[in-house]
Amino acid sequence: MDILDLTQIVLYAACLIVATPILGSFMAKVFEGEKNFLSPLLGPPEKLSYRLAGIDPKEEMGWKRYSLALLVFNALGFLTVYLLQIFQKSLPLNSQGLTNVSWDLAFNTAVSFMTNTNWQAYSGESTLGYLVQMLGLTVQNFLSAATGIAVMLGLIRGLTRKSAVGLGNFWVDLTRSTLYVLVPLSLLWALLLTGQGVVQNFTPYLKATTLEGSAQIIPLGPAASQIAIKQLGTNGGGFFGVNSAHPFENPTPFSNFLQMFALLMIPAAQVYMFGVMIKRKRQGLALLAAMSIIFVLAFGVALKAELLPNPVLGTSAAMEGKETRFGIANSVLWAVATSSASNGSVNAMHDSLSPLAGLIAMLNIMLGEVIFGGVGAGFYGILMHVILTVFIAGLMVGRTPEYLGKKIEGPEICWAVVAVLIPNAVILGGSVLANMLPCGISGISSAGPHGLSQILYAFSSAAGNNGSAFAGLNVNTVFYNVALGIAMLIGRFVVIIPALAIAGSLAGKKTAPVSSGTFPTDGALFILLLVSVILIVGALTFLPVLTLGPIVEHFLMLQGRAF
Amino acid sequence: MKLLIQALRLFLILTLLTGVVYPAVVTMAAQLFFSYQANGSLVMKNGKLVGSELLAQKFQGEGYFWSRSSAADFATVPSGASNLGPTSAALKEAVLKRAEAFRKANHLSQGVALPSDIVFASGSGLDPHISPEAARLQADRVAKARKLSEGKRQMLYKLIDQYTEAPQFGVLGDPRVNVFRLNLAVDSL
Repeated sequence: MDILDLTQIVLYAACLIVATPILGSFMAKVFEGEKNFLSPLLGPPEKLSYRLAGIDPKEEMGWKRYSLALLVFNALGFLTVYLLQIFQKSLPLNSQGLTNVSWDLAFNTAVSFMTNTNWQAYSGESTLGYLVQMLGLTVQNFLSAATGIAVMLGLIRGLTRKSAVGLGNFWVDLTRSTLYVLVPLSLLWALLLTGQGVVQNFTPYLKATTLEGSAQIIPLGPAASQIAIKQLGTNGGGFFGVNSAHPFENPTPFSNFLQMFALLMIPAAQVYMFGVMIKRKRQGLALLAAMSIIFVLAFGVALKAELLPNPVLGTSAAMEGKETRFGIANSVLWAVATSSASNGSVNAMHDSLSPLAGLIAMLNIMLGEVIFGGVGAGFYGILMHVILTVFIAGLMVGRTPEYLGKKIEGPEICWAVVAVLIPNAVILGGSVLANMLPCGISGISSAGPHGLSQILYAFSSAAGNNGSAFAGLNVNTVFYNVALGIAMLIGRFVVIIPALAIAGSLAGKKTAPVSSGTFPTDGALFILLLVSVILIVGALTFLPVLTLGPIVEHFLMLQGRAF
Repeated sequence: MKLLIQALRLFLILTLLTGVVYPAVVTMAAQLFFSYQANGSLVMKNGKLVGSELLAQKFQGEGYFWSRSSAADFATVPSGASNLGPTSAALKEAVLKRAEAFRKANHLSQGVALPSDIVFASGSGLDPHISPEAARLQADRVAKARKLSEGKRQMLYKLIDQYTEAPQFGVLGDPRVNVFRLNLAVDSL
């Protein structure tokens, strides 16, 4: 690592630190329903949308109705993406004449984009036409992110309202997140990215004759509009197969910076927004501190690991799977950011990372993607850990645990445990299943411990709704498409429903005033406890299997063993 | 039932906004302000499309600078990487082979250290760049194959420097040479 790398890393952190309070305050305004600088422009279309949809924006929804609205709305998204794929051949804007997608791949992809996972068992340029990418995938990139924000808002209202039933209006939360936050930022990002060379057109693929006289097909399409929201909405699904390693998807170091920045921007800002909305900024900052601590630790280990000499290949800092314009540091920084933020886009192939850098990416996902995490999802994810933390702290001192004045009791703990443990069980259970079945094992492309890592990464990515992969694993099979599809569904909704149930339960409670016996949740002790809970839950669950995968691979690599 | 109708209507409205209006607006603005970039940074030569500045081409001739290895053999539909892991015997073998072939083609002794980018395959399989070091190591081969005079040879060396892109804005990314653009320039030496 040289001074240039360090400058870029510091610049990245600085931009995030500056943007977080600005965007966070703006989002708080938007979701409190206050007037903001976009209201004069977007107010009328917003009102028109409600009128056309027959929605009363003042209607309050209890947690069950809020959840039902969410599920119905998401089901529509799934259905649309599924149908667009299986009838692709008969639909317009398919200039390459791509065939209908098989049922299992269509199921997998529809689930994947609805759940904000963006796991891709296909390559965009050879599987999906412009219409599916635009009307199916781009739309879900927006709406799955907006769904996440809506759940987060429900939970924040649950924490702030006293003896209330309603959590807000799901339709309003969905519309406002899309209209005021996601669309404007995406417009800006899409244009900036196009300026760097990301393609944006509806031209059929072109045929070029190279300097040496052979034929080269040049794939095109409306990529920039999809890539902007793919990064901003922590979706991660590439327009092209190799995602943001593709020169048309991520052409320059600046486009790379913009995309990495977009990837963590909203997840960081939303935590600040939480502080503003509960009128206790320090509470938000405490969560941000806990996230940042884990992020910096993870990045440090991953970068160090990537620079370590690899005796098998006789080199350190191997460029396999990496692009020259980004180099090592930017590739590792992206890998750590994308795996913490539930984004899942890649600018270098994770399968070719050194064992411990790959482990960090995997572990970030296994920890529940709460280190900033997905749009909306990162916040309600870490709140589950916060509930566990105050519960454990309460047990230690023998007091009823409280968070922001709300008593944390049996139902909340139960739901939080469900939300934390079920996705973990899916990761481990799914990996075991794949390792036992011939149709699971046949997907592995690496011998030795790396093969186990490939399967483990796949199920972590699916259950964690991340979407990145050790892409050597051949996953476009009926088994993986269905199994990973189910893992994505569980990983998404078995966290969302408990989060909303907790919100509903907390909304109904009174808020206790702060007393001398209150455990402060904005101080160093709490931050330390929270970090410990996140790491200990993750380590206890996954250390054994990680030992068999990336850890043993690391030691075998040091001995120069190849498979 | 009311919920379902509301969901359906709002879904249609938001689909129209994010799936039709938004991409259409981006396309119009992109075509207006950045039409070269938005259409693929295409390069024409004698009225014919010879490629994109951004997509690597396969160069095998002695008279051209070579791109990085591509696991998908420079396929664009679909693009692809090797996805070989850090303890892969196949990767180990491929790297040894590439290093040997590169040394042989460029008449380099075993003592010359090869830059990492030239022996490892890229992430996209279409990496348009190589490191400046990887370009310099190929210069003599290119000059010899083209039977360049001493003066032209010096110009070739200068071209490499000229086509070396510094980090963007002085800080972002690694120094690199666009192989396709360099070869275009070499052709008109």
